[in-house]
Amino acid sequence: MLLADKASTLPPVARSPGYWATVWRRFRRDPVAMFALAVILTLVLVAIFAPYIAPQDPYKGMSLRRLRPPGTPGFPLGTDELGRDMLSRLIYGARLSLFMGVTPVIYALFIGSAIGIAAGYVGGWVNTVLMRTIDVFFAFPSVLLAIALSGALGAGITNGLVSLTVVFVPPIARVAESVTTSVRTRDYVEAARASGASAFTIIRVQVLGNVLGPIFVYAMSLIAVSMILASGLSFLGLGVKPPEPEWGLMLNTLRTAIYTQPLLCALPGLMIFITSISFNLLTDGLRSAMDIKA
Amino acid sequence: MLIYIAKRILYTLPIMLGVMIVCFALVHLAPGDPLVSVLPPDASAQMKQQLMVLYGFDRPYYEQFLRWIVRALQGDLGSSIATNRPVATEVFKAVGNTLMLSAVATFIGFALGTFFGFVAGYFRDTFIDKFASFLSVVGVSVPHYWLGMILVIIFAATLGWLPPTGAGPGGSENWAWDWEHVRHLILPAVTMSVIPMGIIARTVRALVAEILSQEFIAGLRAKGLSEFGVFMHVVKNTAPTALAVMGIQLGYLLGGSILIETVFSWPGTGGLLNAAIFQRDLPLLQGTILVLALFFVILNLIVDVMQTMLDPRIQRS
Repeated sequence: MLLADKASTLPPVARSPGYWATVWRRFRRDPVAMFALAVILTLVLVAIFAPYIAPQDPYKGMSLRRLRPPGTPGFPLGTDELGRDMLSRLIYGARLSLFMGVTPVIYALFIGSAIGIAAGYVGGWVNTVLMRTIDVFFAFPSVLLAIALSGALGAGITNGLVSLTVVFVPPIARVAESVTTSVRTRDYVEAARASGASAFTIIRVQVLGNVLGPIFVYAMSLIAVSMILASGLSFLGLGVKPPEPEWGLMLNTLRTAIYTQPLLCALPGLMIFITSISFNLLTDGLRSAMDIKA
Repeated sequence: MLIYIAKRILYTLPIMLGVMIVCFALVHLAPGDPLVSVLPPDASAQMKQQLMVLYGFDRPYYEQFLRWIVRALQGDLGSSIATNRPVATEVFKAVGNTLMLSAVATFIGFALGTFFGFVAGYFRDTFIDKFASFLSVVGVSVPHYWLGMILVIIFAATLGWLPPTGAGPGGSENWAWDWEHVRHLILPAVTMSVIPMGIIARTVRALVAEILSQEFIAGLRAKGLSEFGVFMHVVKNTAPTALAVMGIQLGYLLGGSILIETVFSWPGTGGLLNAAIFQRDLPLLQGTILVLALFFVILNLIVDVMQTMLDPRIQRS
């Protein structure tokens, strides 16, 4: 029997676990990150099943029962300034708040990586034009840019999303550009090109395969910022408009009751805090599991 | 070195031009009539036309832009549509208050942040490190406008130690170094300091841990240098980066103060932006944002140049 034939009859070597399986195994051993993940999944579930969980109608108020403290029978977390059930509003608030915080980062992830990868892969004057334009947006502190844009565009969910997306495109593009530039000159890209792969194939296989991980983690780290900013816009009266339940907006409308019902006023902000710290801890865990520095 | 500084300054010019274009575009991005806040609802077409000409809105965009730039360079940012006062005067008065608040906040954040960062970096992976790292995560995760409200609830509403809003007694808008004004500054400044505290603590912790693992530290210890002497070496190696982060954070706070200023009714640029947005006073909005963004660009320039001067190892292309 020829050696080659013998080799083909041998049982296949056990596949070494893939990259993501390794990451998941390391991630699973990090109790803080796992806890953060559990909190986020719970929040997402609460947002999805809000109509089934919420005990009351979050829009229906009654002037007779305004600003009841937490612990009132029938209203476990009290009522807001229009007599609406606080618990139900916080539960429904998860929908809009998570949506407003996460969506801009997802949009920016697509737009920013497209710009960054194009600039990094093509190089030359295309890189210069794209990246110098991006630099202009870095001249604005992110909070100022978000407020300036949504202030000029006016309040509303769409305008809020647009402003926040514009804020997050430049940083993602910059990270995507620098990672792509460093990947482009590697030997394996050169080898792929020498073996006749088209630019599209190289970008899809070699560049995306190596670039998406770091960009994804970076984008994850922006969600915490985005949550605070999105709620901040609504807090200022930009972004989500009343009577929609959104944590930042609730914080704004309850501000007048700060002396009479302090505990009640603190609740929506606590939700923003819990969400944003969970995303930060999750990102930290993911970063060390994937062994990405900075 | 001088060539680098000159290059860096030259590089800033196109950025500044870009910033001006963005600020100018903001006004034209806004939906609706830019004069909506001054015109009475029953204004005649002729009256509207007169005002369009008066504010120059009837001109082509490039002409409006050039005229705006030339005037801005001379310190004239136009006048507020709502109050008719010159925008430049309003903005510079407000910038003083915002700068005061941001600078004090940055200083507190820097002091606490470097302390926590050093402690965490020195006692890496111990309980102290975990605690300090947790504090820095809290610092970057807490919605600071909410933290401001909590501090008002505790220290103003419940304990009554500090005033909840304003920058001075009787709604004073001009800063003075007396106890009454300082009392008003404490809550907003502490609230604001949480962000740079978290970021500086994270940066310093990573730096200290990295420096301590380098061979020259072992060398210093081997030659018999006291632990304090080693510490001084670590400080010297951390300083350029820590200071740079501090400078950039000051810029972020200056531009991002609007949320905290709203919570504390602080009479700064945040209040001005708020008024500009809700009265749809576009020249005021444009002018305030321009001044804040230019501040940020110049601050970044200064930080870069200073960092190069402090740390000659940095080779820049």
